[in-house]
Amino acid sequence: MGRILVIAEHDGASLNASTAKCMACATAIDNEGIDVAVLSADGAAICDQAAALSGVAKVLKVDHEIFASQLAATLAPQIVELAGDYSHILGPSTTFGKDLMPRVAALLGVAQISDIMEVKSAYSFQRPIYAGNAIVTVDASPERKLVATVRTASYKAVSSDGSGTIEAVEAGASFPTHTRLVEIKASSGDRPDLQTAAKVISGGRALASEENFSLIYSLADKIGAGVGASRAAVDAGYVPNDMQVGQTGKIIAPDLYVAIGISGAIQHLTGIKDAGTIVAINKDPEAPIFEVADIGLVGDLFEIVPELEKQLG
Amino acid sequence: MQKILVCLKRVVDYNVRVRVKPDGTGVVTDGVKMSVNPFDEIALEEALRIKERGAANEVIVMSIGSAEAQQQLRTGLAMGADRAILVETDEAVEPLSAARAMLATIEREQPGMVILGKQAIDDDNSQTGQMLAALWGRPQATFASEVVLDGETATVTREVDAGLETIAVDLPAVITVDLRMNEPRYVKLPDIMKAKRKPLETVSFSDLNVENEHHLTTTHFAPPAQREKGVMVEDVGALIQALKDKGLV
Repeated sequence: MGRILVIAEHDGASLNASTAKCMACATAIDNEGIDVAVLSADGAAICDQAAALSGVAKVLKVDHEIFASQLAATLAPQIVELAGDYSHILGPSTTFGKDLMPRVAALLGVAQISDIMEVKSAYSFQRPIYAGNAIVTVDASPERKLVATVRTASYKAVSSDGSGTIEAVEAGASFPTHTRLVEIKASSGDRPDLQTAAKVISGGRALASEENFSLIYSLADKIGAGVGASRAAVDAGYVPNDMQVGQTGKIIAPDLYVAIGISGAIQHLTGIKDAGTIVAINKDPEAPIFEVADIGLVGDLFEIVPELEKQLG
Repeated sequence: MQKILVCLKRVVDYNVRVRVKPDGTGVVTDGVKMSVNPFDEIALEEALRIKERGAANEVIVMSIGSAEAQQQLRTGLAMGADRAILVETDEAVEPLSAARAMLATIEREQPGMVILGKQAIDDDNSQTGQMLAALWGRPQATFASEVVLDGETATVTREVDAGLETIAVDLPAVITVDLRMNEPRYVKLPDIMKAKRKPLETVSFSDLNVENEHHLTTTHFAPPAQREKGVMVEDVGALIQALKDKGLV
């Protein structure tokens, strides 16, 4: 048994919800304590949030101006400095963690287990392969440190009633200058974040245009839902990339997922199979989405969606 | 830049619905169509376009796997790569060992850029490119949707959860590509004939002085849990009632 280090994801101001989900996974692993590392330019507020996560023993506050850009090239060597005696180092399976954690693993000379969905024991885990068409059990060696990413849709965030301590740690790595952040263009507006929203409404290729997606936005705003899309809708340019749900987009687990005009390719279904209730609206009664839907309605979305919004009013 | 190295993985074709063997020892691959990992195909297309713009002289494709992976390398040659390297092994290769074999190849070939897919669609690990960049001590630009070259620097747009992130990386660098970077070209018959005459070199892990280490053991394969069959409703009113019954609206 050893201590576990969880790498916090944040936007420079507040903690991302993925960290509380990593904590849920970490607490399922036998441990002698779970610490959270916050690498940022000015981490006071983020560290307070991390220290409040249930189960956190210690928050390692590593402040350095270079961490104003959250780049794997500069974060990874610092995490290696922190790695010390930790038996497990966990990060979220978001684009942040997917980018960073393998770089950490390779610098440590150890393997990574990606997308943990269930902990069998401290060194045995379940994860999906082939877009979720198979679930494998993977065993790691207790002889080595284990780096892993956590499939956040498989875990409920831990509560924020913890009382960890915060310890300042001097940034001590040598940082490369070969990678520089130019800009981040966030496309999402005021709607709930897709990865944490309790309700999500997604549109597919059948929406047929960027303009028609207003039907989806309007319905989503009515019930306070986040908005997602199928790969086909993103490829067609109806919506930006960060709305894609599925194997190569976001894996989500809302209480309610409404798929509108989405046929339900396996790559899409793998992104939603942990949703509480799946509703499908599609004009093709043979569409595969109906095989996973809890509630299905066959018909023309251009009639159904406005009617749905009206009747919900 | 002189050379671009592209890594191609042989995987079960995108359109095959993969099934788990009843005894839980693996997935059914007998008689199943195999292809180049689609993300790697996009990586190769990008490398070829860079060469066609005159920004590189040679595109090398490499793969790590069984002798059958020659088929995927021939596909890469038919698309337009100049030569191919197969690191042949019949054993499973974990991402860390794959990255080490790629690094050894980089040391021989000295490419100005390495491009590969952001993940392979079989194990869905999304690790190899990042591990390679770490071992090489060079930049990584993962999940890329656009690459703009300017001398010794590449400006790369990345598809991240928050939207689009742009980073600048000094070359040489590792780039892993996302789906929307480009649309790979179709291979024409004369190109397939021509590809048969292009050089394909086979080496082993020991030739590269790399040990194919195994840190992980996959002990069991299972089909995913199935969701229970749902209900079909007739109209919008019934849909709203069903949602109300579940307390969702």
